Amino acid sequence: MSASPLKVHKVKEKGFSAFLLFSGTLVLMVLGAFFVTLVLQSFPLFRETGLKFFTTSRWVPMENAFSVLPFIAGTLMTSFLSILIAFPFSMALSILLGEYIKTGPFAAAFKSVTELLAGIPSVIYGFWGIMILMPLVQSLQIKLGVIPYGVGVLTASLILSLMIIPYAASLGRDVISMVPGDLKEAAYAMGATRFEVVAHIILPYARSGITAGFFLALGRAVGETMAVTMLIGNSNFIPKGIFSPANTMASVIANEFGEADGMHTTALIAVGLVLMLLTGIINSIGKSIMKRFQVGG
Amino acid sequence: MKKVMKWIMLGFVLMGSLSFVEAAEKELMGAGASFPYPLYTKMFSEYHKETGVKVNYQAIGSGGGIKQVLAKVVDFGGTDAYLDDAKLREVKEEILHIPTCLGAVAVTYNLPGSPTLQLTGDVIADIFMGKITLWNDQRIQSLNKTVNLPKMRITVVRRSDSSGTTFIFTDYLSKVSADWETGMGRSKTPSWGATAIGAAKNAGVAGQVKNIPGSIGYVEVIYALSNGMPVASVKNKSGRFIAPTLEGVGLAADTDMPADTRVTITDTAATDGYPISSFTWVILFKEQNYGGRTLAQAKETLDLLWWMIHDGQRYNEELKYGELSKEAVKKAEAVLRSTQYNGKPILK
Repeated sequence: MSASPLKVHKVKEKGFSAFLLFSGTLVLMVLGAFFVTLVLQSFPLFRETGLKFFTTSRWVPMENAFSVLPFIAGTLMTSFLSILIAFPFSMALSILLGEYIKTGPFAAAFKSVTELLAGIPSVIYGFWGIMILMPLVQSLQIKLGVIPYGVGVLTASLILSLMIIPYAASLGRDVISMVPGDLKEAAYAMGATRFEVVAHIILPYARSGITAGFFLALGRAVGETMAVTMLIGNSNFIPKGIFSPANTMASVIANEFGEADGMHTTALIAVGLVLMLLTGIINSIGKSIMKRFQVGG
Repeated sequence: MKKVMKWIMLGFVLMGSLSFVEAAEKELMGAGASFPYPLYTKMFSEYHKETGVKVNYQAIGSGGGIKQVLAKVVDFGGTDAYLDDAKLREVKEEILHIPTCLGAVAVTYNLPGSPTLQLTGDVIADIFMGKITLWNDQRIQSLNKTVNLPKMRITVVRRSDSSGTTFIFTDYLSKVSADWETGMGRSKTPSWGATAIGAAKNAGVAGQVKNIPGSIGYVEVIYALSNGMPVASVKNKSGRFIAPTLEGVGLAADTDMPADTRVTITDTAATDGYPISSFTWVILFKEQNYGGRTLAQAKETLDLLWWMIHDGQRYNEELKYGELSKEAVKKAEAVLRSTQYNGKPILK
């Protein structure tokens, strides 16, 4: 009954590749299952109210009025504002570490700090935001003469920008340090200053990579839940300005899902579906820009 | 290969015996309202010491508790808002309510000097609807003649999650203000205005009120007291201003209770009762044979609930919850006695 060594070998080989294939498809299937579940579970809402979900702007669960627009507005406002705030800082950091100080204790320290920042649980950012950021925003609001809520779109965006700077900066640094040395040397040989090299050689060359980094950071900002929920003020209306309280798609789900029932649950699942689609779109734009960069480089 | 199989088999055997051990230790499962959670935690830990029965209560919110009971995955649920007639008709099996304690929703605020304010129901309603926007508004000032109210904007803080606390609060306001009833409604998630700040859970509302000068919010009274925040005395039906104290809450329950114990005591008729008070309930199925439960397990559940409305009541006061009145306990006993296993009564 003993099998030949060759046969055993073949079985092992086949078994291993089958296992790999299985694991791969499993991940795909989980993603597919997420999508299918969200579509199926949110379907009753669209059957009942048609496209009101996208055309009205009121979210009042007790009246069965559900619109995703306030949350799309809140999500886009906070995430783009946070990118705007994060942009100069993460750009400066990427140039500094990708070109000026590539090695040495400072570069190493930055790397570990980045990893640490990315690893801090979101609820800690939220706490810090309530303790430190909120009073700061309040004193700014008192100076400006607007109602000193302290929480709202701006506060949430500030905390989000802190959370995404490490992401955008470390991606930017990688791309900048990949700019070919001979290009830079050629520029220096022609008498270019360091600033000119950065502005005319490095940044144009790394542009698409840096953009991709920001898109990936945006993807994170869009889905961020805990810290935003703690700081955004949780108001189910389209925000009128950067000081208004608002809600993002992720935060309204976190707020209301626990005790929702009936159509309210269905509507929250539909919000989840929109969030998943939006995140998917943003990530794939980022990935496709990155791909172009790799082919070009 | 054979070795691997052996290990897997051993694993299964181990897992099997583990779950056996688990089944041997008596454990009851409950889920629901977070408002009585501090009290329940204390009660269940004492009950474990006395009887050796472990009770696992998940404070996932009233709505979640009802869902878990209907899904038949827990022995009992906890809720701050009783199931209304429509909801009870929806459910095929009969659901029973057992009151366990009394609580109050306090109106708390952030004003310089933390004065104790006196407020009426319709003023509270108009503040939370955004109709009264300044603290020195004539209607607030005339109720508090001795207090020097600042000309400050009022910021309303409300619960962002759907909550039993909100239900009790809006139930009261709907009774005293017709505008509130039609405009905002009696709900766990009423239609708040755009300028009301939402914060999660009682602790979140208390924190936000503490942080924003000129703000006002509503929380279970313990959250205001433990944070050293001022609470308003509210005018009740008899025209008296009552503070949300244990006494005021206890007196609020001094009204007729229907046999099924489902009663709201907001806007109570009791002379010295605090008007924003409420019972909180444990709910369970009348027919205890469901989801493969044994008679022994049903008995364990009922013993626990019996203990909670009798011996367990001695922990209410130290944790700032109102005790059940004798009448309420009697009604609750009758409800507990009506439980059945396969149609036969369980308790004698």
